[in-house]
Amino acid sequence: MRELVCIVCPRGCHMKVDDELNVTGNFCPRGAEYARAELTHPTRVVTSTVRLEGGEYRRCPVKTSAPIPRELIPRLMETLSSVTARAPVRVGQVLIPNVLDTGADILVTREIDEA
Amino acid sequence: MTDVLIIGCGVSGAAAAMELSRYKLSVTVLERENDVSMGSSRANSAIVHAGYDPRPGTLMARLNVRGNELTRKLCADLDVPCRQCGSLVLAFSEKENGTLRELLDRGIKNGVPGLEILSGDEARRREPNLSGAVTAALWAPTAAICSPWELCLAMAETAVKNGAELRLGTEVTGLERRDDRWIVHTNRGETEARYVINAAGVDSDTVHDMAAPHEFDVKPSRGEYYILDKSEGGRVNTVVFQCPSERGKGVLVAPTVHGNLIVGPNAEPAPRHDTATTASGLDFVKETAKLSVPGIDFSQSIRNFSGVRANSGRDDFIIGMKAPGFLDLAAICSPGLTSAAAIGEYAVELLGREGLALEKKDVFLYGRKRTRFKELSDVERAALIARDPAYGRVVCRCETVTEGEILEAFRSPIPPRSVDGVKRRVNAGMGRCQGGFCGPRVVEILSRMLGIPQDEVVQDRTGSRILVGETKEVPENV
Amino acid sequence: MYDLIVVGGGPAGLAAACSAWDSGLRSILIVERDRQLGGILNQCIHNGFGLTYFKEELTGPEYAHRFVELLGKTGVEVRTDTMVLDVTADRRVHMTGPKTGYRVEEARSVILAMGCRERTRGAIGTPGTRPAGVLTAGAAQRYVNVEGYLPGKRVVILGSGDIGLIMARRMTLEGARVLACVEVMPYSGGLTRNIVQCLEDYGIPLYLSHTVTDIRGRDRVEEVTVCRVDERRRPVPGTEMVFACDTLLLSVGLIPENELTTRAGIEIDPRTKGAAVFENMETSLPGVFVCGNVAHVHDLVDFVTQESQRAGAAAAKFVREGEAAGESLALRSGNAVSYTVPQRIRPQNVDKSANVFFRVNRICGNSQIAVTAGGRRLAAFKRDRLAPGEMEHISIPKKLLEGVTGEITISIEEVRE
Repeated sequence: MRELVCIVCPRGCHMKVDDELNVTGNFCPRGAEYARAELTHPTRVVTSTVRLEGGEYRRCPVKTSAPIPRELIPRLMETLSSVTARAPVRVGQVLIPNVLDTGADILVTREIDEA
Repeated sequence: MTDVLIIGCGVSGAAAAMELSRYKLSVTVLERENDVSMGSSRANSAIVHAGYDPRPGTLMARLNVRGNELTRKLCADLDVPCRQCGSLVLAFSEKENGTLRELLDRGIKNGVPGLEILSGDEARRREPNLSGAVTAALWAPTAAICSPWELCLAMAETAVKNGAELRLGTEVTGLERRDDRWIVHTNRGETEARYVINAAGVDSDTVHDMAAPHEFDVKPSRGEYYILDKSEGGRVNTVVFQCPSERGKGVLVAPTVHGNLIVGPNAEPAPRHDTATTASGLDFVKETAKLSVPGIDFSQSIRNFSGVRANSGRDDFIIGMKAPGFLDLAAICSPGLTSAAAIGEYAVELLGREGLALEKKDVFLYGRKRTRFKELSDVERAALIARDPAYGRVVCRCETVTEGEILEAFRSPIPPRSVDGVKRRVNAGMGRCQGGFCGPRVVEILSRMLGIPQDEVVQDRTGSRILVGETKEVPENV
Repeated sequence: MYDLIVVGGGPAGLAAACSAWDSGLRSILIVERDRQLGGILNQCIHNGFGLTYFKEELTGPEYAHRFVELLGKTGVEVRTDTMVLDVTADRRVHMTGPKTGYRVEEARSVILAMGCRERTRGAIGTPGTRPAGVLTAGAAQRYVNVEGYLPGKRVVILGSGDIGLIMARRMTLEGARVLACVEVMPYSGGLTRNIVQCLEDYGIPLYLSHTVTDIRGRDRVEEVTVCRVDERRRPVPGTEMVFACDTLLLSVGLIPENELTTRAGIEIDPRTKGAAVFENMETSLPGVFVCGNVAHVHDLVDFVTQESQRAGAAAAKFVREGEAAGESLALRSGNAVSYTVPQRIRPQNVDKSANVFFRVNRICGNSQIAVTAGGRRLAAFKRDRLAPGEMEHISIPKKLLEGVTGEITISIEEVRE
């Protein structure tokens, strides 16, 4: 039996998962899904920044378009350190498609004009 | 070779430099830190004392009373915030009523004008928030509050404008008498001077010993303070002292020229440069201040700080020629801020007696004005922004300081080199958010004006870097 | 003369302006001090915004962008790089900016949406030296996420507010080592999900009932001392732990930015430290409204949006119909409730139901939120768990308020199992 707190939404349900991956304490089905995934292969949406050239700001915020396996986070950070975007950038713009072969893209999350 | 070399650019050194810069002399000021006013001069009660405290007949008594008058005028002339709000010393018992009479007597002997003993009720009429336990108070109308670091800066700037050379980041490591001159060894090579002034504050004993036989030790006494939000700034209108003891003038409660309330200090022996605060010290200050003014709301605290006073164990400053061509302005403890202007004047007199030729310059640039956006009328603000749009951008929202004012500080004779240097010049970061909002913006301006990357900008002293590097550069921990 | 001037172009101001436009106002001005709209959301690059309002998980800049887009479809006028310095009781708004110049604009209604600021070291009185490297979590967030600089490499975080937790993760991802998160209270001040995904994911220890008792270092932080505290929050001698570090981040609470509010003479609630408001977010000054973190500190932007939309609609109604009529009821905070927003309700002015936000002052298990008046129970709401770090929200139908006079009490009744 494992106890965990749901992070799908701010409600923060306190859930219990047994060895057969039956979930209790969840308010909605997304919680159960999260709990099972968390015990088998935890994933996270990762947000960060990349270097930006020619823009009003020196960094551009980005995110993964979908949750990626948690153990890939360090490698993802390395990848993001090696990227430089060029202003202007637009929300939703794809900077890296299928990053680390996860199926998720790296998306721009802020509009930044040219300086 | 310079005619006069001053070691230390706190208020005493700056005052001496300014007074000397009136004459046809070459003046050099060496300051160890990256700005002026970095020691006791910036961390004290910010009071221009009336002068009833020092023992009659001492140099301290004379310089305090003279300094009170000079400082108030100097502040007006050099655009340094200063307000003559008067002070009260409170008594809480018959015994302390007696102390007030002693202080009154001393004050009269020292030549302090306007002193008066008030009854407890009279004192409370003047200061409605005083404790009901106050039995009497000594009223001193000439006491004032000022901005200590701006006073120091204004005097140093005046000296620089009139030709004095200020060398920052220059620490004296030794003094050597060769023929009729002093060889001054520093971390940046050596300099020759005909006269040397020791204005090294807490380290004035060390500098003294470089030139003259050992005579005194500075036994630093640390005082801790609270600065409260402007919401508490009107808690008192005057400087409120308690009766002095052998440990000092006690815990005071006073308005500041910036609209805040200052409460402190205690007095504890401390290592030379240790300006830490302590839980016990701050508790003592808080509890003691409440005896005078019970209603102070300490939840409105915005900052604690402490300062170290250069006490020597004597009840006087140590001022005088201690070796050929070597003048001590040493052990300048409280009321050093008040006395500084008079100390500067006296230093010139002493050097003159020693043979320094004193011929006045034809032109002495005196006067100083800085823009204070916050104090301008709507019409003046509009005109100012029309002339220079940078005055339209508010960088520090708590104190309403504009980018224009910060850029103006960079055009002054002693431009800032740190975030706190900007704060001391234009008040950005002094308010209730303590630089939380304007800090990053000031860092960006410093980076631009000094031509250095943001991660080399310092908070205060050299070495106090705020940022340790760029993101997305060092993947070491991943 | 504008119908409405909105002070602040963060999430609250944006939502309020859009809603006022939708409610029919056509001359609206937003004044924003930054170069871009969006406010603090622009530096909150993490995700988790919008789950309630947009039913999807957005980052801060994306959430702001949604509203900037909506605003773009309206005729609302925007002045960025412009700071409001004063709002007078007769609704004259003084503002300054390098391009704007110094201007005084008049308005029929004003919405104050300046957000909040962080409590600092001075406010909590942490002793020690004053080196560089002690900064608020929000300032650190700006350096890292917007400016691209790292404020330190070995970090202790004091306070477990959401920004502190978020920065624990961010600093770790950026290559710093976060040694500890220290919280003086016996529970975290942040959302549970942030404890999980910001601390637990990265193995960062959380020390509850602990505080920082000393900071050492001459130029830059060199070490901090962490101590356990007793139930009265006093450090327990002998429990000192020394952390060698170069940075202390403070996440010790947020305070509404009410400089303008107080200068305008508006009544402040000492509990929220924001303006006291009626059901429609109107302050003691008719025609002047507040919303978002300037009214009370929220933990979820979705609720800021909701509250601000009500303020926007109310401003429009004020411009159209003038002052709201009717008696007002005072809202009293009962058992375990630390404050309520609004502080007063005018039942006559309630549309369908009155929205009430509040916080509890301790962790409560299975509970009922009871709404009572004069000994009569008007309504009750069930909750499994209530925590001070998570703002609560109830909606009281208008018909339940009919006939009520005097005051309404909101209190927590814990259900014994």
